[in-house]
Amino acid sequence: MIKLSVNNQPYTVDVEPAMPLLWVLRDILHLTGTKYGCGMAQCGACTVHLNGEAVRSCVTPVRRAENQTVITIEGLSKDFSHPLQRAWIEEDVPQCGYCQSGQIMAAAVLLRENPHPTDQDIDDAMSGNICRCGTYQRIRKAIHLAAKLSAK
Amino acid sequence: MKIHQYHFLKPDRITLVSICIILVISVATLSFKYDDKKVSHTSIAEKDSIVSQKAFLQVYKVLMSPRCMNCHPAGDVPLQGDDNHLHPQGVKRGPEGKGLYALKCSNCHQSENTPGLNMPPGVPDWHLPPSNMRLVFQGRSPHDLAMQLKNRKQNGNKSLHDLIEHMNTDLVKWAWEPGDGRSKPPLSYAEFVNQLKIWIDKGAVVPPRGR
Repeated sequence: MIKLSVNNQPYTVDVEPAMPLLWVLRDILHLTGTKYGCGMAQCGACTVHLNGEAVRSCVTPVRRAENQTVITIEGLSKDFSHPLQRAWIEEDVPQCGYCQSGQIMAAAVLLRENPHPTDQDIDDAMSGNICRCGTYQRIRKAIHLAAKLSAK
Repeated sequence: MKIHQYHFLKPDRITLVSICIILVISVATLSFKYDDKKVSHTSIAEKDSIVSQKAFLQVYKVLMSPRCMNCHPAGDVPLQGDDNHLHPQGVKRGPEGKGLYALKCSNCHQSENTPGLNMPPGVPDWHLPPSNMRLVFQGRSPHDLAMQLKNRKQNGNKSLHDLIEHMNTDLVKWAWEPGDGRSKPPLSYAEFVNQLKIWIDKGAVVPPRGR
């Protein structure tokens, strides 16, 4: 049995310790906002926060999250009020949407560590999150907007 | 009286002559011995220097192998593979050598290798050298790398003994357990550490330029 805290809720799951955290989130806890992309940490679709860091849950064994704090896209805010969610809606960022929860979770770490990022800072933070629809320009715009919204 | 004096002087002369002969022989012998020592000292120093340099060239082969050099790049992007290509995802060193923002090393690299081909390798504390102490291997000649390893201002303020200690870290040892599909350095771990110790014990001699 492994104890987890996901989106501030305690869970106890009966799984193999080596099971990827992503599988536990999606298949056991039914938190399906986090997506399976490549399964080898190359695309960023599965990004969640583990103790505040944007880990790739497809290669993170669930034992690493034991008794740690996990936040998924579902837990970023209770009512879509996080500046990034508001900016994403405002800029109409997603096209197919598959990569977007990972994009937002990655961007959240960027803004926490650098509240006023330049385009270069955004590239440095976000270049590991691939978007097959090519929404990169809107992602960049929305991150700048979220930075402004956070500052207000 | 004269005869008497003569009798008294005779042994003195003999003594003097004998002393002179003994002195000459002793000095000659000593100087020969001294010369011998000088010759053997020089040859030991020369021999040590050759042994030390030879050992460093073995160490160098390991340090320049992909498992070591890929995390000691000339730029701020780590390298991957036996062809030393730039790490995808645009990851960067960051001030502490642990990546930046959403692209920190440990976001993908676990405390152990993830099983499978092309999966992220890992040990605890996976990182590059920090930006203020970059410890570049890529592109360094044996001369340059040996100079750098010995320079406390360029080696993270490590003594030569500390260098040996550094080889005990999980991150260094990982090179010999690199996970599925990755080549290992050309020497065994034990032989690598042995050659490093020989290099240092025999004087940490820097190979000349151009070798």
